[in-house]
Amino acid sequence: MKPIHEGRLEYLEELANRIREKVVETLLEAGSGHSAGPLGMADIFTAFYFHILNHDPKKPMWTERDRLVLSNGHICPVLYVTLAYAGYFHLEELMTLRKLNTRLQGHPHRRALPGIEMTSGPLGSGLSQAIGMALAAKLNNKKYRVYCLTSDGEHQEGNHWEAVMFAGKNRMNSLTAVVDRNNIQIDGFTENVMPLESLRAKYEAFNWHVLEVDGHNMQDLTDAVSEAEAIYEKPTVIIAHTIPGKGVSFMEHDYLWHGKSPNKEEAKKALHELRTLGRRIKSEHE
Amino acid sequence: MNNMLNPQLHLNPKLFDADVEQKPIRDGYGDGIVLAGDSDKNVVALCADLMESTRSEAFSKKFPERFFEIGVAEQNMATIAAGLGVSGKIPFIASYATFSPGRNYEQIRTTIAYNDSNVKIAGHHAGISVGPDGATHQATEDIAIMRVIPNMKVFVPCDALEARKATVAAAKIWGPVYLRFAREKSPVITTEETPFTPGKAQAFWMSKKPQAVIIACGALVYNALLAAKELEKEKIGTVVLNSPSVKPLDEKTILELVEKYPAVVTVEEHQIHGGLGGAVAELLAKHRPVPMEFIGLKDTFGESGSPEELIEKYGMGVKDIKKAVEKVLKRTYEV
Repeated sequence: MKPIHEGRLEYLEELANRIREKVVETLLEAGSGHSAGPLGMADIFTAFYFHILNHDPKKPMWTERDRLVLSNGHICPVLYVTLAYAGYFHLEELMTLRKLNTRLQGHPHRRALPGIEMTSGPLGSGLSQAIGMALAAKLNNKKYRVYCLTSDGEHQEGNHWEAVMFAGKNRMNSLTAVVDRNNIQIDGFTENVMPLESLRAKYEAFNWHVLEVDGHNMQDLTDAVSEAEAIYEKPTVIIAHTIPGKGVSFMEHDYLWHGKSPNKEEAKKALHELRTLGRRIKSEHE
Repeated sequence: MNNMLNPQLHLNPKLFDADVEQKPIRDGYGDGIVLAGDSDKNVVALCADLMESTRSEAFSKKFPERFFEIGVAEQNMATIAAGLGVSGKIPFIASYATFSPGRNYEQIRTTIAYNDSNVKIAGHHAGISVGPDGATHQATEDIAIMRVIPNMKVFVPCDALEARKATVAAAKIWGPVYLRFAREKSPVITTEETPFTPGKAQAFWMSKKPQAVIIACGALVYNALLAAKELEKEKIGTVVLNSPSVKPLDEKTILELVEKYPAVVTVEEHQIHGGLGGAVAELLAKHRPVPMEFIGLKDTFGESGSPEELIEKYGMGVKDIKKAVEKVLKRTYEV
């Protein structure tokens, strides 16, 4: 993977912000859904779909494509918005999220929408499915890489650690996991609900290569993904420290925004903040 | 002549002899996955630390690169298989049925069935005939929990040969399949020539003048046949329908038989709720309600004991099936 040159980086950062705006608009229209996670992961999704992944939106079933498995399916608004911007389907379809007959189900469904690699929502089972895809690549002599995006809260699921154990034992170097370390879950802060630290030490104990990045720094993230590609003896986990609700001041770091969508007034405020980059610039909508 | 076995199905001619060949039904799974692996290189097998007892060993030796030992982690086994199954592979996952599909039910529902991943689930040590291990290891609810999942097929073979054929057939069918196997040796009822077709039931026994239909699956098909033979001596004619395909159920064959002989007894090594009996009751309630009796566990867990003792104690013996037929006939013709 090439490094991101400076002009491109600026473009990707702007795009990530547009994706945040669209996430807010989509959630407002849907009337329910999760806000904090999707906003916090917008930079990472942008980096994957516009720089890291080897994929072709015109051929979603291309057998050589890299696979991205979203394990914590509840943050799918950001997946849908990113897929739409990448060209998998029209942006207008985003307004059907969670409505009857939509392809944009409340939690992502593989059989509903091209570009979705795996049905998910129930937590803790994405990493194992990514393992299955990586094993199949080996058997089929395919070179694709498999990425699994996971939440920190879902590390409380036993199934996830079964997968961590298996991948470590089998030295699955084509597999990279990214943990959205935003420290919140529905009932509160992860370290109060059920502590996960030291997450690094836990992965290392299971024979994983561990990297930590600022999840809002796309250059750092892509560098980490490049390093993961170069590690031959182990699977890699990138612990991405993110701010839940990133870009919207009244949502940031507040776990109450984990599982709800904004009302009209809140969405208006949120969009104003995003369009003015936290009031640093004047919005073109004003 | 007391033997009313269906001549067209080429059943074991020594079926009612004292020295009838006995083989564990699970052996058919082991033979079946090797055959399936021979004919399709995409067949892979996964096991959760029960290689020998789930008969996964032969496959693992013949195709080591296509075999995955998962360790004691049934949820991981189901979900890794889900990933393989959407990537062009045909995974078979094997454990005891109390653990898979017991412990990993949600993973099977979401990542295999809803996700439409081409995974075959082999539930071993199903039924009460597991014996001394006791109720923790006796799966008696598995047909029910698999049958209600959309997009899932459910096969319950009656002997080792049918188990082999069902396993081979499962590899050729697109989509999720649940295969249910028993642990103990049981009589080999069928032969190489007996056909197995997914979705089809077969009348193994057909009296000249049947009055009731016994619909059975799994190893208890043998007890159903013994009951039919004894009833014949008492001038009570029956049909014994082997219904290995619990889902899809052979609705046409069942309805045609019940139309002519409107009294039904279902026989299975499973709870009487939700299994084969439940499936038949749902069908008949809609199209042709008739008196029914259910042989199976009556809303109770099993316990330790020998397989024969347990089958008797929990009301699934030959005499229980005979009694159920007599009772259903009384309800049909005398009420």
